[in-house]
Amino acid sequence: MAEPAPLVELLWWRGCPSWERAGEIVREQMEHQGLGGDALSLREIRDDREAEAAGFPGSPTILVDGHDIQDPGEASGLTCRVYRLRDGRISALPDPADIADALAAASASSESRG
Amino acid sequence: MSAAEPGWLGQTAPPLRLEDTGGELRTLPAEPAEAAATVVVWTCNHCPYALAWHQRIVDAADDYAGRGVRFLAVNSNDALRYPADSPEAMRERVEREGWRFPYLWDADQEAARAWGARVTPHLFLLDAEHRLRYEGAPDADHQDPALGAEWLRAALDAILAGDDPPASTEPVGCSIKWKP
Repeated sequence: MAEPAPLVELLWWRGCPSWERAGEIVREQMEHQGLGGDALSLREIRDDREAEAAGFPGSPTILVDGHDIQDPGEASGLTCRVYRLRDGRISALPDPADIADALAAASASSESRG
Repeated sequence: MSAAEPGWLGQTAPPLRLEDTGGELRTLPAEPAEAAATVVVWTCNHCPYALAWHQRIVDAADDYAGRGVRFLAVNSNDALRYPADSPEAMRERVEREGWRFPYLWDADQEAARAWGARVTPHLFLLDAEHRLRYEGAPDADHQDPALGAEWLRAALDAILAGDDPPASTEPVGCSIKWKP
């Protein structure tokens, strides 16, 4: 029986424009790993109450099986999230390699449990 | 380059009277010295777009300083909800990074409203008569330092030469954090 695919969730806030491109990057990485980009779940964070309840550290936030793909630091609510790319640049988007690694780790963990 | 809504392009800029991080009042029009061109950039401390583009804007300020171009940075964000953008945090950043142009605090957000600033960063380029000649982003991609704020530089070159600058662009960045 096939192992269950990791649950991939993108939390976003409309005040920051990078979430749509982030979704494209996540879908690309999911497809590269044979997970099917359509399985990405989008969840809008609409106000401070929802941000606090979700421990939202900024938009976009990408969770793989509930784990953030980067250390979120202190939760900071309704804001654009600051990412560091692997070459040190600051970005409004995560490094695709971080997403790929998180997906691979989740898949490996799922296989080991199976 | 995507064209932006013209806004108040061609019109005279609203006056600015804001204090910088050292408590000095900065004004536009400037007194007594006037500039051949003025760049006013809405920015802040917490936004990844503003942070990613910042060094390119600093480099442009350095490169055009000898050509009579004045740079002013303005932060209008609600510091209660976003303490990283407080006046104290602005002052610390200016000192830590050795800013060479003023960083102004728009405490009541009136300047942002008057100018129509929407995001950080949002550039406004004025000619010597303080007419708005270019509005928008520094260049096409916050992730690509090699672009070197080329839209900003092209617009400045045109203004300084007395030519028409390139079309304004849509600013891209974090929304201004308005007070409730």
